[in-house]
Amino acid sequence: MFNYTIRRLLFAVPTLLVISFIIFIILDLAPNDPTGNLPLTIPPEVREKIRISLGLGEPLHIRYMKWLQQFFINEPLNLIEQWFNVTIGDSENRLRVQSWATRSPVVDLIVERMPQTLWVVGMSYVIGILIAVPIGVISAYKQYSLFDQIGTFISMVGFSVPTFFTGLLMIVIFSVTLGWLPSIYDTTHKVTDLPSLWFQIKQMLMPTMVLALFNAAQISRFMRASMLDNLSQDYVRTARAKGLKEKIVLLVHVLRNSLIPVVTVLALGVPQIFSGAIITEQIFRVNGLGQLLIIAIQGADIPTVQTLTFIFAVLIVLFNLIADILYGILDPRIRYE
Amino acid sequence: MNNPGVNAVSHDTIDTRHRSLWSDVWYQYRQHKGALIGTAVFLLILFTVLVGPFIHTIDPQLLDILDKNQGPSLKHPMGTDNLGRDTLAQVMAGGRVSLAVGITAMLLSLVLGTLIGVIAGFYKRLDGPLMRLTDLFLALPLLPLLLVIIMLFRDPLRSAFGPENGIFLLIVFIIGITSWMQTARIVRGDVLALKEREFVLASRSIGTPARRIISRHILPNVLSPIMVSATLGIANAIITESALSFLGLGFPSDYPTWGRLLYDGANFMTLTPERVIWPGLAISLTVLSVNYMGDGLRDALDPRIRGR
Repeated sequence: MFNYTIRRLLFAVPTLLVISFIIFIILDLAPNDPTGNLPLTIPPEVREKIRISLGLGEPLHIRYMKWLQQFFINEPLNLIEQWFNVTIGDSENRLRVQSWATRSPVVDLIVERMPQTLWVVGMSYVIGILIAVPIGVISAYKQYSLFDQIGTFISMVGFSVPTFFTGLLMIVIFSVTLGWLPSIYDTTHKVTDLPSLWFQIKQMLMPTMVLALFNAAQISRFMRASMLDNLSQDYVRTARAKGLKEKIVLLVHVLRNSLIPVVTVLALGVPQIFSGAIITEQIFRVNGLGQLLIIAIQGADIPTVQTLTFIFAVLIVLFNLIADILYGILDPRIRYE
Repeated sequence: MNNPGVNAVSHDTIDTRHRSLWSDVWYQYRQHKGALIGTAVFLLILFTVLVGPFIHTIDPQLLDILDKNQGPSLKHPMGTDNLGRDTLAQVMAGGRVSLAVGITAMLLSLVLGTLIGVIAGFYKRLDGPLMRLTDLFLALPLLPLLLVIIMLFRDPLRSAFGPENGIFLLIVFIIGITSWMQTARIVRGDVLALKEREFVLASRSIGTPARRIISRHILPNVLSPIMVSATLGIANAIITESALSFLGLGFPSDYPTWGRLLYDGANFMTLTPERVIWPGLAISLTVLSVNYMGDGLRDALDPRIRGR
């Protein structure tokens, strides 16, 4: 297991390097000019100087190497300095990945936006799981019952209706018609006392529920299929035959075994949730990572786009790895040798 | 699987009617109620979108400023937008584009996925590299990359192929080349198993060239997973295209799709909620019906279920 983890980690490094290079190439091949939006009265030689000041004077491979150095060496060093209040080397003159639009380091922007996204995404995933697991268990236990059929239909609908439509529909119903919930997420809001906590819950309700319902639809399908696989196994009959209560058979024996594949599916789904958050954040005006990405793309802010896209790639590779390792740990029948 | 004689013997009487594989599949497909309703709804949507503009003849781009922001009426069954354009006409015109994008992108990704899957499964030497390529594509953050590619290549393509064809080609192309991976993996797995079967060995032993083994023996047998992933592919392509348009990076307002109509309507949600509800409902119904069709098709094409 340990060897397998090390091997997978070593394999992840070249994968990520290739992905970062692909992203870099795509951004570089694009026929656009970062000085294109500046006034036409700027003379060409000044324009050239602006390009050089943005770091575009060098050939492709040198710029790529510099980005790698900034992202993998300079930024981690900076984070360590901030966390432990120490100075390592010449930290004043260390080059950081700078956003073209705001002229501030991209990593600072990301750190600023991270909490909102993590709250919305994390809460929606937790709520989605909490809804999905009981539904999956009951629909598998009472297969083809009315509950199962309604559950199947609702999950099919939840799976098919895109989040941008459910989000807008919720705004039309709960904000426009009923006026219960705010349609725009207020990020500057601080939780100090009970009323402000209530406001925070109210404004988080719609963005998290939209994502949570979408997740629940998918997870409950997996849960049901996995429970059905296990319910027909011999050990379930044995457990019943030796006189265990049905509750214990279902919730201890079957549920624990059924959760193994579901846990890996959950780990695999985390990166998708982050991409889903791009859309949800756009609907509810949450200023998280997704919105930062959209603004950066619209403003052709290449370093921000490059860094953010790469972070999404890291998430995918990381959670694939976690899913595989979790499967090996949870299921002793799986041996990676 | 291709032997109708085995199935023809039923329990008590011998059925002498001729039964082919596809009639069996169709019989099983009809047993799936959801799939039948899904097919009906999908055909209805297709029919409305294709024939509707000849019945409801208002030009979707006709500006009628005096009739702006109207609710539903006889003249405008779905109301009008902030420039007085008829919403029903726009939804039908947008549906043509959305469905065209969905079907073309699905075909592209299917061809790519089948090609890569068959080659990787059949030729052992190419298996490793092609599967690493598939893994790499699966590890790419697709939505951010799609957004970036569209943003960067939209204008050059629009000037090269004209504003409408340019964006259509771009979107179909990028959805196609970023969604073939699942098909390739499934097809490869099936081809790997089929390759070891006796009938392939037999045809190899009489000297059939590889490409004819693939086209005569392998491809017909991997048709069912391909057909199932085709339906899922349409649903996926329509959702992706709407998501891109919804983020303002897909089709432009003057050449709208359902996603773009939703995006434009979102700003007038308080005034005319119909502008959000109808295009959104169209997307949701199409995807739902296609998913049900895929569900039914999966059951119908699975010989283990079909016998029962």
